[in-house]
Amino acid sequence: MSENQMANQASNEPIIVCRDVHKWYGNFHVLHGIDLDVGTGEVIVIAGPSGSGKSTFIRCINRLEEHQKGDIIVDGIELTHDVRNIEAIRRETGMVFQQFNLFPHLTVMQNITLAPIQVRKKKKQEAEERAMQLLERVGIPEQAEKYPGQLSGGQQQRVAIARALAMEPKIMLFDEPTSALDPEMIKEVLDVMIELAESGITMLVVTHEMGFARAVANRVCMFDEGVIVEEADPETFFLHPKHERTKLFLSQIL
Amino acid sequence: MRRNLFNGWLNSILTLVSLALIILMLRPLVSWVFTGAEWAVIPANWNLLMRGSYPAEEVWRLWLSLYLLAAVAGLAWAAWGKSINATMIVTFAVPLILMLLPWLSMTARVNLAIMFAVAVVTFVLTRYIPLKPRIRIAVIALIVYFPLIILIIRGFDFSVQMPLVPSSLWGGLLLSLLLSVVGIVFSFPLGVLLALGRQSKLPAIKMLSVIYIEFIRGVPLISLLFMGQVMLQLFLPVGTPPIDRVLRAMVAIVLFSAAYSAENVRAGLQSIPKGQYEAAHALGLSNFQSMTRIILPQAITAVIPVLVGQFIGLFKDTSLVALVGLLDLLGIARSILGNPNWLGTQKEVYVVVALIYWVFSYAMSHASRQVEAATSVGEH
Repeated sequence: MSENQMANQASNEPIIVCRDVHKWYGNFHVLHGIDLDVGTGEVIVIAGPSGSGKSTFIRCINRLEEHQKGDIIVDGIELTHDVRNIEAIRRETGMVFQQFNLFPHLTVMQNITLAPIQVRKKKKQEAEERAMQLLERVGIPEQAEKYPGQLSGGQQQRVAIARALAMEPKIMLFDEPTSALDPEMIKEVLDVMIELAESGITMLVVTHEMGFARAVANRVCMFDEGVIVEEADPETFFLHPKHERTKLFLSQIL
Repeated sequence: MRRNLFNGWLNSILTLVSLALIILMLRPLVSWVFTGAEWAVIPANWNLLMRGSYPAEEVWRLWLSLYLLAAVAGLAWAAWGKSINATMIVTFAVPLILMLLPWLSMTARVNLAIMFAVAVVTFVLTRYIPLKPRIRIAVIALIVYFPLIILIIRGFDFSVQMPLVPSSLWGGLLLSLLLSVVGIVFSFPLGVLLALGRQSKLPAIKMLSVIYIEFIRGVPLISLLFMGQVMLQLFLPVGTPPIDRVLRAMVAIVLFSAAYSAENVRAGLQSIPKGQYEAAHALGLSNFQSMTRIILPQAITAVIPVLVGQFIGLFKDTSLVALVGLLDLLGIARSILGNPNWLGTQKEVYVVVALIYWVFSYAMSHASRQVEAATSVGEH
């Protein structure tokens, strides 16, 4: 590594460092050595065919899945078996799921304030004020007292984003956030995500929404069979893809 | 009526035939109830059926427990209001209806009237408390109520006002209800722990839970009761003072019921999607917080009907203690029938005992439907 590169890294210190990350499900080798540095405030879109390991990879970053080999360091904390490290990393990372995974027995307000009150030990009133701000930010303050089952898919996903943001995470992980939505609801969720990306939070987004990638991504990573086959800024990625696999993938989804 | 019963010649015939059968069967029953039956046995033994040999001078403690029950009911109505209106009107009417029983003593009637008054007064007064603390108080009252009345009914060694009433004197409906309440209140938390143990990642805890559950589910309750009553004393070191027989029955019932609660709660736990655990963990909640805040509330709500069914079964199963010589409702009934004065009154006594069991079982099943309706708010 040249001195120049080192200086460059120091100035834009990576908030997530992945080195040679491997994961097996039994005998099935899902991740074949992933290397990825994510700079603070960077927005990275992870694309690739289903089964390529992209969801598994971002789920390794907050230990919903366990990697068996290699290092993952998040915000200076190494991800090990130590529960304290895992909990510390989970406090710094918010996650949004394909199936929303809101808590159906709690109101929207309780969904959002639960973790700040329980984990961050915030006062209830303070947490609720913050929750209202977030609901306004995602555009549904009037739904605060409803239950998730009474909301549309798009509204539920926006609540899920607000719930993750309530913990004031440095990193947001999105696992196919729009894949379970009806087409007319995708835009309302993407708009929230675009606004979020522009606010400067670090984001890792697994998605098939290439419009989103073009609009706000700093980098696009192409996953295939458990490796990153190509990694480029969106313009290069979409206009001048180098790898055959990328070309094929783009021709299929665009 | 016409559309349901007489829409076509075949249905009309079926309706008429069924009607004839019903009349054929009901007539002897009705004539027995009104002319043949010797009902004198019930009023004469009413106190025994209700409380066994619980000393008459301490009966005020039973009434006190019932006043408290009335207060809890009034508080519950004030707290949960509309959603339970119908149930509560019926509940409030119970003491008034019971006052109609012709053989009750004057004191019993006065006490029932006081119960009604306590319920109404609590209902009216607690409505002045703001809603949120009111609900909190109601929940606490419900939780505290059962341990509290057990203390009141049992009394204390050292107390003059409330001397100890040994459980050997508890009997009749009182004993049946106490066995059931203790069984439910203690077996449920134990069952939740066993269900969690069965899902544990620690092999030792998991194996112990599985062995316990499968062993208990593999033997009938009566065998546990016999073991408690007959064999337990043989296993204890010589000279150990004998353990209270009612307590032994309670422990057997709790241990038995816990295994079934555990399996029901486990079914609830398995119905919770994996995404709920993931979302809770991703938010940074600890395992304990995820369980108590996210998973268990949903899992238990999902299996309330099954659990209530189990508790109704438990209430009826407590009648098995009659076979090991305890004088619960059924045991008292058998001892009344053993009295030469009341020879030949089996039908009357057993019909009334069955009716009492039915009233309580039906009330529980009705209450469970109310809870279900109230907790399904916001679900699809």
